[in-house]
Amino acid sequence: MKSMMILTVALVVISFIADRKKTLKGIKKGLKQFLKILPTLLSVIIIISIVLFFVSNEFLMEYLGKGAGLGAYISAAAIGSISLLPGFIAYPLAGILVKSGVSYSVIAVFITTLMMIGILTIPIEAKYFGMKTTLIRNTLSFFGAILVGAVMAFIYYLI
Amino acid sequence: MKALFKKYKLDIPVIIAFVIFTGTSFYFQFNPGIQIFKTNFWMFFKEMIILLPMMFILIGLFDVWIPKERIQKHIGDTSGIKGMLLVMLLAFIQAGPLYAAFPVAYLLWKKGCSPVNVFIYISAFTTAKIPMLTFEIGFLGLKFSLLRILITIPVFILIGIIMGKYFERNNCKINEV
Repeated sequence: MKSMMILTVALVVISFIADRKKTLKGIKKGLKQFLKILPTLLSVIIIISIVLFFVSNEFLMEYLGKGAGLGAYISAAAIGSISLLPGFIAYPLAGILVKSGVSYSVIAVFITTLMMIGILTIPIEAKYFGMKTTLIRNTLSFFGAILVGAVMAFIYYLI
Repeated sequence: MKALFKKYKLDIPVIIAFVIFTGTSFYFQFNPGIQIFKTNFWMFFKEMIILLPMMFILIGLFDVWIPKERIQKHIGDTSGIKGMLLVMLLAFIQAGPLYAAFPVAYLLWKKGCSPVNVFIYISAFTTAKIPMLTFEIGFLGLKFSLLRILITIPVFILIGIIMGKYFERNNCKINEV
């Protein structure tokens, strides 16, 4: 976050020195886009916040645990697709899950779907890409994530 | 005002309902409501309100400074493997949630980036971000991280190619929002 701030300020200053008018135009353009997407962003993070309230660590443990078999992969993919967690929360959580017996390949499916698919962020994605493209991308990514998990499971089985 | 409501007809009711819900929760000390606001919502809100304006400013600057020809040459239709590597590199050094990738994707596309590379960018963005890698290695180990990334890269390149072809064939476009 900090490095991003420094980078932004530095680039704005350099740009400003080089061309004042162009810089203001660029900043205005960018912020205008931000304001336009803001209501949708807000409503999406509200829904995510509420959904996350129901997805507790115990809930995850129950559905992803080692007794769950193939079902664990499906649950991992489903939960990962719906939730949206920032990395600084997702990875510590994944660490806890591994320690409590969830297999690495299930975690791989969970992490991959978590990052590649955003069912709850579909409204945002659809504003940019249109609904059809958005749905196709998310569906493809879902199967892609399962594939990644399957290959991971196979490699962990071999080594 | 009316036009605003119409444009965000799904979003505004959600926002209003949440404001009322949170207000009532705090008033009546309703714990789940307070928790949803304080831990979950606040975390996402902070990320959104600090990170995204900066990102959009950078996008705006990029838009006015970088000529289309240059983008087209490096990551356009004829850029091949080099173009793919470039968009992947661009994605890897960024930070932020998935939705932060979409405005960048729009800008890249507008400047002449090929559809295949746009979708590779989005997938790469979600797979391995250098700022997040330290977290992943710390909590899940280097072996897991390396394996996951090495296996995921060919998968998302494939998805990128399929999506890109679909996008071209159907004359799709990316909106500015």
